[in-house]
Amino acid sequence: MKRSFCATLVGTPRCGVRGQRSALSLPLLFFLASMVSLNAQTVVIGSKKFTESYVLGEIAKRALIDTDIPAEHRQGMGGTIILWEAIRAAQIHVYPEYTGTIAEEILKDSSNSREKMRAELAKFGVGMTGPLGFNNTYALVMRRREAQRLDVRSISDLRDHPELKIGLTHEFLDRRDGWPPLRGRYQLPQQNIIGIDHALGYAALAKGSIDVKDAYSTDAKIAENDLVVLEDNLQFFPRYEAVYLYRLSLSPSAIATLKKLEGTLDEARMTRLNAEAERSKDYSRAASLYFQERGASPAAGGGESFSHKLVRWTVRHLELAGISLLLAVLAGIPLGIVASRGGPIGHVIMAFTGIVQTIPSLALLALLVPLPFFGISARTAIAALFLYGLLPIVRNTATGLQDIAQPIRDSATALGLEARARLRKIYLPIASRSILAGIKTSAVINVGTATLAALIGAGGLGEPILSGLNLNDHITILQGAIPAALLALVVQWSFDFVDRFLIPKGLRL
Amino acid sequence: MSALVELTNVSKRYADAPALHSTNLSIEQGQTTVLIGPSGCGKSTLLRLIIRLVEPDSGTINFDGVPITPDNIEKLRRRIGYVIQEGGLFPHLTARANVLLMARHLRKANKEIESRLTELCVLTRFPQDALARYPVELSGGQRQRVSLMRALMLSPELLLLDEPLGALDPLVRASLQKDLKEIFTRLQQTALLVTHDLAEAAYLGNKIVLMNEGRIVQRGSIADLREKPANDFVSEFINAQRTLALT
Repeated sequence: MKRSFCATLVGTPRCGVRGQRSALSLPLLFFLASMVSLNAQTVVIGSKKFTESYVLGEIAKRALIDTDIPAEHRQGMGGTIILWEAIRAAQIHVYPEYTGTIAEEILKDSSNSREKMRAELAKFGVGMTGPLGFNNTYALVMRRREAQRLDVRSISDLRDHPELKIGLTHEFLDRRDGWPPLRGRYQLPQQNIIGIDHALGYAALAKGSIDVKDAYSTDAKIAENDLVVLEDNLQFFPRYEAVYLYRLSLSPSAIATLKKLEGTLDEARMTRLNAEAERSKDYSRAASLYFQERGASPAAGGGESFSHKLVRWTVRHLELAGISLLLAVLAGIPLGIVASRGGPIGHVIMAFTGIVQTIPSLALLALLVPLPFFGISARTAIAALFLYGLLPIVRNTATGLQDIAQPIRDSATALGLEARARLRKIYLPIASRSILAGIKTSAVINVGTATLAALIGAGGLGEPILSGLNLNDHITILQGAIPAALLALVVQWSFDFVDRFLIPKGLRL
Repeated sequence: MSALVELTNVSKRYADAPALHSTNLSIEQGQTTVLIGPSGCGKSTLLRLIIRLVEPDSGTINFDGVPITPDNIEKLRRRIGYVIQEGGLFPHLTARANVLLMARHLRKANKEIESRLTELCVLTRFPQDALARYPVELSGGQRQRVSLMRALMLSPELLLLDEPLGALDPLVRASLQKDLKEIFTRLQQTALLVTHDLAEAAYLGNKIVLMNEGRIVQRGSIADLREKPANDFVSEFINAQRTLALT
């Protein structure tokens, strides 16, 4: 598997549907985190980071709430591994999954019957509903006109057209059930094959740069771009029927509610809901459409107002950035003091904080998520932000202290002040400007980086940014990006203001 | 006369070169001893050894009959005042806070502190209303006066001055020299002063210690140095300064 763990964590649409066979088998430590699980009465629903999963998550939430069971939806938590570990640890209680993924990626045994799968899942305290009704499997698609012209209806028909150019997602090129065995089964002769990003692939297909591409059979883009799905006449692709996985410990009424959703979503309807979600940029609206079509009343207050959402995101964002900054200050200043003395320990501290800074935020999250205590929670986001916030504070504290002139140090020592008193009464106040500048840098970085918390469902202004990226919708991205930028500015200004009180007057003259 | 400070076979090496060869010196009670010599002769090192800003490689230094060790140095430093060239004032504290820092730290009675401060202002001719100023708002001469007050605040038995007037212009310098002499006399202050200016040494010192290349070359009064130079270096040093004074 060449795709990184990050991709699994974020669950790009490309790799998200089935997740991946991960090179990194997550340690079995999640159960520790489960000890601090959420409010027991609220059913927590997770979803993977792509449109269909969001919509299915919303549908489950609506269904539960309509039967008076409190439910909460943590949108877009990542890929298969993360969701699976989270449900095993009871950090979440329900999430939508696909039978093919359960067999191939979770239980790692594709020969299982559905009953056998149920029994295997039960060992982890997890249950599985019956299929919701649609099969979202891989498919090969072509432009409708081209397919009609060449009279291609099934994958076998491709054998007669070796000149066709094929563009495949990188994951599909690699998968165990992807291109190499597909080509073998159908004896496909095409030589012109390129790897291309999923979203870009649609554009390339529309423009005619490629003729055939891989897709998910319920992908809204298929109808949108007037494409046809080639029939899998040799039944190569395994079935990827959508189901809900749930904790067996859920209340019988909650389980009954989920089971009522079985068989209610055929492919056409799911495709329509996906299209609606991508058109309206609103998943709960797409879920409402599902209930409307089934004759239920439209969601009562289902759509949260923008201002309400903005307040929720911003408050969460400030929480994440604020707590992590506070911790970074509490740890950073003492570390900076130790580092300012140099020596091997000082070097280790500086090296550590420096190296942390070079780890991409996604990778840092990926490293933290498997650890006990962290998992998929705000704690992980705060820990990552804390680590990023350390460097400026440690470095500025250390250099601020090191820059104190020798005569000042000599005078402080010669007075007979004890080491602690020298630090507290003389050195730290003199270094205060530098230390505060470091804290300010950390604060601004944290406010900016806190957007990554959304990657693990911890909320904040990253939430609209991520959904916007996923929906390719600039307005939604800006709904998060602009407030985040403004917040960073406000933080900067408030620190400039605070400087006046915290930096001794004698240093500001 | 008894010695307040007694250096016995004290030496110090820095990484590349010896700063002070094995040296004996006593600083007499109530006297002003002046260390003089060219740059790098070890005079500052000697002074810094006494207050333990520099650890000696060998030898012992007795203060008031007690050997100075890392264990007792903190307490002893409170019995020693220390003034350096640029004053070494703490920039984040007002003149007043600089002077009172240690007394406050030791939780001395407020009344005692205030009366001592008034006394010191008079003694050092420092205007009381300038006490609220920060070091950057003071002139060079005023900064040295504040530094001197800070050193004298706890009525130290020994005052160490490391080129205290080195950075001042000649007029301010002359007036401070005069004030220093008066203060030393009035307080009967035991003092050790480092300077490279022979006139200053002659004016302030009861006893002059001339150093060169990490060694004491000669000790005595200015008259001794002038009339009975111990070697060529001494006469050279004295003549050089005299020539300089004439030009």
